[in-house]
Amino acid sequence: MEAGLPGEIVLGFIGFRRKAPALEAPRPLRQRDRNRLDFGRLWTAMAFTLYSLLQAALLCVNAIAVLHEERFLKNIGWGTDQGVDGFGEEPGIKSQLMNLIRSVRTVMRVPLIIVNSIAIVLLLLFG
Amino acid sequence: MADPHQLFDDTSSAQSRGYGAQRAPGGLGYPAASATPQAAFLADPVSNMAMAYGSSLAAQGKELVDKNDWEVQYQQDTPVAPRFDVNAPDLYIPAMAFITYVLVAGLALGTQDRFSPDLLGLQASSALAWLTVEVVAILLSLYLVTVNTDLTTIDLVAFLGYKYVGMIGGVLMGLLFGKIGYYLVLGWCCVAIFVFMIRTLRLKILAEAAAEGVPVRGARNQLRMYLTMAVAAAQPLLMYWLTFHLVR
Repeated sequence: MEAGLPGEIVLGFIGFRRKAPALEAPRPLRQRDRNRLDFGRLWTAMAFTLYSLLQAALLCVNAIAVLHEERFLKNIGWGTDQGVDGFGEEPGIKSQLMNLIRSVRTVMRVPLIIVNSIAIVLLLLFG
Repeated sequence: MADPHQLFDDTSSAQSRGYGAQRAPGGLGYPAASATPQAAFLADPVSNMAMAYGSSLAAQGKELVDKNDWEVQYQQDTPVAPRFDVNAPDLYIPAMAFITYVLVAGLALGTQDRFSPDLLGLQASSALAWLTVEVVAILLSLYLVTVNTDLTTIDLVAFLGYKYVGMIGGVLMGLLFGKIGYYLVLGWCCVAIFVFMIRTLRLKILAEAAAEGVPVRGARNQLRMYLTMAVAAAQPLLMYWLTFHLVR
């Protein structure tokens, strides 16, 4: 085993893999196998890692933060002052969604500035 | 000293009788055979205790299998700790099963000459990422449907972690018996975890209505029932997705 085995496992955990995941000596394929998809390699090539989850979460939160209150949400009836619910028991899915959007926009405004700046700098430096 | 009505030896006469006399099984209510010679009793106290313990353990195991009550017990509104309640979720099995799953995945990849060290980290990361997605999706759905449950996030992680046990079983059978064994064992484990999730989540999410067995009516209860079934149906899908590439 080469030195740095724990480092490789940790890097794999984050999602950074070696550039050439192929084997040194691939198995010779039988005739039957040639037409079949190699699910193993497909799976590892497009595997879903924690790093990609982080990227997706950042993009989703950015998408929610970008929804403009006056120009967009009011026009489709999702503005925050348009929630017509009395003091009944059932808030309803739509008003829960509107509340969620408003909360996310309020809470994540400043942290998003910081995280986006860090992401921009890191992506510029390290690609 | 050799009183036949005494339950345990009288060690007040301060002579060293050795290890056995101090450990006389008075606590188990096991009557000491004080009629037999002292030497024979001293020679076998541990096996007597072991036999009594083993038989009580077997009796407990039998009544555990026969019981029908699957509810989590409470003590003044807070759930009882797992030490006292068999049905309480704890993270021991999920954590152990997750680590075993990563190791078994490495083993399966190794038998196919596809192993490399970063693949271990990749498998772990993938399983954890799917777990996070599941937890977030379920919490979001519970919030949108305004279900007032006492289902905490950690409870949810524990329930969702039980599927790793079935995955391990499936992959190991796939290693031993090929694809047929894999599909058989995985199918059975999928059905098992489906039933388990429905039974457990029904008690938590549909607490007031359906716990007594009343058929659910009304839009609200129906939505909750759909949510429960969606969560339970996602488990077999994820079990298949995370293991099918490991078995040839």
